[in-house]
Amino acid sequence: MLDRAQVQKVAHLARLQLTPDEEATFTTQLSSILDYFELLSELDVTDVKPTTRAIEVSNVVRVDRQHPFPREDILDGAPDREGEFFRVPKIVTGD
Amino acid sequence: MTTAAPAKTQYEAIIGLETHCQLSTETKIFSDSSAKFTTEPNTHIDPICMGMPGVLPVLNQKVLEYAVKAGLALNCQIAPYSKFDRKQYFYPDLPKNYQISQFDLPIAEHGWVEIEMLDAENNPVRKRIGVTRLHMEEDAGKLVHGGSERLSGSTYSLVDYNRAGVPLVEIVSEPDLRSGQEAAEYAQEVRRIMRYLGVSDGNMQEGSLRCDVNISVRPIGQKEFGTKVEIKNMNSFNAIQRAIEHEIERQIAAIESGERILQETRLWEEGSQRTISMRIKEGSSDYRYFPEPDLGAIEVPSDQLDHWRSELPELPYQKRPRYETNFGLSAYDARVLTDDRDIAEYFEAAVAAKANPKQAANWIMGDISAYLNNERKTIKEISLTAIALAELTALIDANTISNKIGKDILPELLTQGGSPNAIVEREGLVQISDSGAIEMAIEAVIAANPKELEQYRGGKTKLLGFFVGQVMKQTGGRADPKMTNQLLAKKLNA
Repeated sequence: MLDRAQVQKVAHLARLQLTPDEEATFTTQLSSILDYFELLSELDVTDVKPTTRAIEVSNVVRVDRQHPFPREDILDGAPDREGEFFRVPKIVTGD
Repeated sequence: MTTAAPAKTQYEAIIGLETHCQLSTETKIFSDSSAKFTTEPNTHIDPICMGMPGVLPVLNQKVLEYAVKAGLALNCQIAPYSKFDRKQYFYPDLPKNYQISQFDLPIAEHGWVEIEMLDAENNPVRKRIGVTRLHMEEDAGKLVHGGSERLSGSTYSLVDYNRAGVPLVEIVSEPDLRSGQEAAEYAQEVRRIMRYLGVSDGNMQEGSLRCDVNISVRPIGQKEFGTKVEIKNMNSFNAIQRAIEHEIERQIAAIESGERILQETRLWEEGSQRTISMRIKEGSSDYRYFPEPDLGAIEVPSDQLDHWRSELPELPYQKRPRYETNFGLSAYDARVLTDDRDIAEYFEAAVAAKANPKQAANWIMGDISAYLNNERKTIKEISLTAIALAELTALIDANTISNKIGKDILPELLTQGGSPNAIVEREGLVQISDSGAIEMAIEAVIAANPKELEQYRGGKTKLLGFFVGQVMKQTGGRADPKMTNQLLAKKLNA
């Protein structure tokens, strides 16, 4: 079971603003999803190695060689820019 | 009536360091734009480091190699299975809203660094500092707070993402450090090792080496740790030492006056030489780490690991005791010579060419270092080869020239190179060790300076130096100084 305070915490961490109605809805919905996952705990996994990844591929690396990308394409794609900088809302301290 | 003063409580500090080293690769950790430092904003950016949807990060093989070598050099075990994770937080210097880092399966763990300090008698005091882990991660971009220089209360900031995605290794020490001096020494040793490996330039001013300090104090004898405070923003080893010393005093004063130590991050202020509170620390669970689905796991094959291990150079903590044992150098000399790999290798090349080790050490630490400092040059940029230095020490050892003549011909050797033997031959600088020739010079000097002779014999014996100087002048500096002194004293006192 997930309680409302946990929903509020997760929403805060994800920077989501929820209305009281939404908080109630998500508390119920997330709880039922988590309860469903709880079914997995019925399995005995004592001798099963923990899975860290879904795909069994290791050691994918690339050569350390430059391929510059045209920066204007990226700067232009940003919501706001100032000259060669990206422009973002000022960060309020305390968080 | 006397009252016994209450015994003053003794405290000890428990200190651990988190060190971030930028790796000297050509490109970023997961994308192929340049990782080099530049002041031109947003020139080294690409869709991957900018977190565009649908892109696929791929690990730079040099980053893996450098991280493994750094782990080996810090005496770590290299993980048989390692992976990357996402660390979530919101800040505009982080375009993806998560940093790709390593959480529970770092590439290297359980290592140690040996620090060496010298006691009052210059004897080495060695201590092993545990290395909890070393992991790979990406750096964040840089915020330029346009508002502060412009209108106060500006509503926006500017961001430069050149540094976003630059490869880092984070090295976490065990809380084994007990003083500011130990912490500064540890950080210096880590930098020395990274530089020996050639994996990081370790430049603190440019931010390629950054240290965060975790520190708490407790009364000696108490088992539980005190509340831990993190300090950031030190940009020199000296600042690390002073910040820690200040913070130890601050925490002890707070405890003694009954205040509670807050678990928080504090910033070192260089100007006021104190730490100031930045923010109350959030618990690490708030980062909600989870495995990075876009990157495969890392399982370094054993032949690859052996190959990288075989490429490690001899490290400073291996050289120091060897210099003492093999070359009879003091702990101090060994420390100075091994601080820089190029200097150490130059010294070793000179010794391999049969230089007298103590003499070679003195030349390198004295006149040659002074020249390098004055000219802002490195040992690789001078014309005096290690072989020529060996020749120079041999000339002095064989009494062919005096140390003084050696110093006289050094500038030419440093700037133009060549062979000391040839210069001595060309300039006719061979030392005069024939007592007859020196006596002749002495007699000429005495005859030419009757007044000084009279004063000397009248008790002004300090004039011996004057006579020595005159004899040297007479012989073009070539008279054997020891013999000159002896013979002069004899003549003057006759």
